[in-house]
Amino acid sequence: MSTLTAAPAPERVAEPPRRGPSRRRRKDTIAALVFLSPQLVGLAAFMVGPLVFALVLAFSNWDGFGAATFAGFANFSEVLSNPRIQRSVVNTVWFTVLQVPGLMISSFVFALLMQKAGKMTSAYRLCFVAPVVTSSVAVAAIWLWLFNPEISPVSSALRSIGIQAPDWLQDPNFVIPAFAIVSIWQGLGYQLVMFMAGLQSIGSSYLEAAELDGCTGWQKLVHVTIPLLSPTILFLSITSIIGSFQIFDYIYVFMDSNAPEAARTIVYEIVQIAFREFNFGQASALAFLLLLSLLGVTALQLAAQKRWVHYAE
Amino acid sequence: MNPRRLAGRTILHTALAVCAVLMALPFLWMLLSSFKPLTEIFAHPPALFPLEWTTEGYEKAFTGADFLRGFWNSTYIAVTVTAISLLTSAMAAYAFARIEFRGSKPLFMVFLATMMVPAQLTIIPLYIIMGGLGWVDTHAALIVPAALFNAFGVFLMRQYVKGIPKELEEAAELDGASRFRIFTTMILPLLRTPLTALGIFTFLGQWNNFFGPLIFLNSDANFTLPLLVNQFKGQYGADWTALMAATTLAAAPLLILFGVAQRQIVDGIALSGSKS
Repeated sequence: MSTLTAAPAPERVAEPPRRGPSRRRRKDTIAALVFLSPQLVGLAAFMVGPLVFALVLAFSNWDGFGAATFAGFANFSEVLSNPRIQRSVVNTVWFTVLQVPGLMISSFVFALLMQKAGKMTSAYRLCFVAPVVTSSVAVAAIWLWLFNPEISPVSSALRSIGIQAPDWLQDPNFVIPAFAIVSIWQGLGYQLVMFMAGLQSIGSSYLEAAELDGCTGWQKLVHVTIPLLSPTILFLSITSIIGSFQIFDYIYVFMDSNAPEAARTIVYEIVQIAFREFNFGQASALAFLLLLSLLGVTALQLAAQKRWVHYAE
Repeated sequence: MNPRRLAGRTILHTALAVCAVLMALPFLWMLLSSFKPLTEIFAHPPALFPLEWTTEGYEKAFTGADFLRGFWNSTYIAVTVTAISLLTSAMAAYAFARIEFRGSKPLFMVFLATMMVPAQLTIIPLYIIMGGLGWVDTHAALIVPAALFNAFGVFLMRQYVKGIPKELEEAAELDGASRFRIFTTMILPLLRTPLTALGIFTFLGQWNNFFGPLIFLNSDANFTLPLLVNQFKGQYGADWTALMAATTLAAAPLLILFGVAQRQIVDGIALSGSKS
């Protein structure tokens, strides 16, 4: 930000003929600063400041009271070697593996179907998008009950056809899939709308051309629709992986503050370590590792995009 | 319509209708269960509609938790953040899109990059900063940071300001209009549609926010609706009638808003992915 305030170079001011443009430049810089000031204050106070603070914390031992001591990489090595945290990493990755493809494939299929729904589109869409606008807490409260084996209508229905439903939230093997089911249910409408917007922007000319060339429906899908939608697919895959790495609300509603290890995710651990154990250093170290992994995954996706993402002219 | 096409359409609409109903069913079940006596909730096989309607759950929800207060807290936090955030985002967007100044591009890149930062990384320092300011357990901790910093809003609005023809402003500039005047009388009115979409999106995010209030608020009197539902669940865990009534109370306002503003919400979602 220091570059902003130092805008007009001194030697330019000295030369009389350039005085006009220089004064204008200074005026522009001041105007820009005025317009930017609220967001710049926000950026400095609530983003850049906290980030620097977090970096300092990650290398310190501090419980919020008294003096902090320098910890070197101790927080990072502790976080990486703690089996409970390792388990939370595995849980988070497992959730992402189940949720992201499940969400993207189902919303893509529904978007394709909805294209042909005609006048009924908005009625169907209403049902699909309603969970998107509902808070995760309300969504989790509903599913808390739908997952309860004793009273759930879903378990009841499964039992009537001879399938014993698992005790989703208590069974260590099913709790992460249960989170994925709720998350897919809640997020479907969002991606559906994004895919529908993408499909609409393709336009019919490409598909008509493919049809004239004698392409079957499947060929059109694979060779025309999916390549033309690839920017949307890339955008959604990046944002939904970032989102799924940060899953938190459901666990807190399903399990409260004493979730079993099988249900804990990275963010849940961060909150526990910071606000229950008051180990701000370790929590910050874990949060930094989360950011680094997100940056890494996103960089990989962006690097891989050259191979499969096509941008329309 | 030939028979094959008709059959195809029938299958399509049946599949979509079944799935749409499945998506809506949890809500319907929540709503109807909130009117059931407890004995019916545990009944086998379960029935969708209550045999005997009762408002017991709602009475417990209102006596057990201060839902009216929670409704007020959620509303004014979401409205305040949305109003201020729209204005400050549009202002910053105008500066980035229309004013040439040194450092404009790198600064904008910083804004973009912050969208990658998970909230969990900044929450601990923010908590300490809020503690220093004396804002812990006040609504200021939820309002001020969100109102003053919205990287996504700045990014989105910048795209739209860039799309406004420059000639409009140049004419006004020749007439001696100041930047402030151009912004308020020309740019803001032209941004009405994207601002509406961004506003609904911001409002939704604030209204449904659980993480921030969970960290910053301690007193029941300050709780927002998501916190109240979660707390209510802790106290009335086994009382499903009451919990479903509480959940209905928390979800209903937004579902009604969604019914009214479906178009804008859908546009807002589509906007959130707009790039380039």
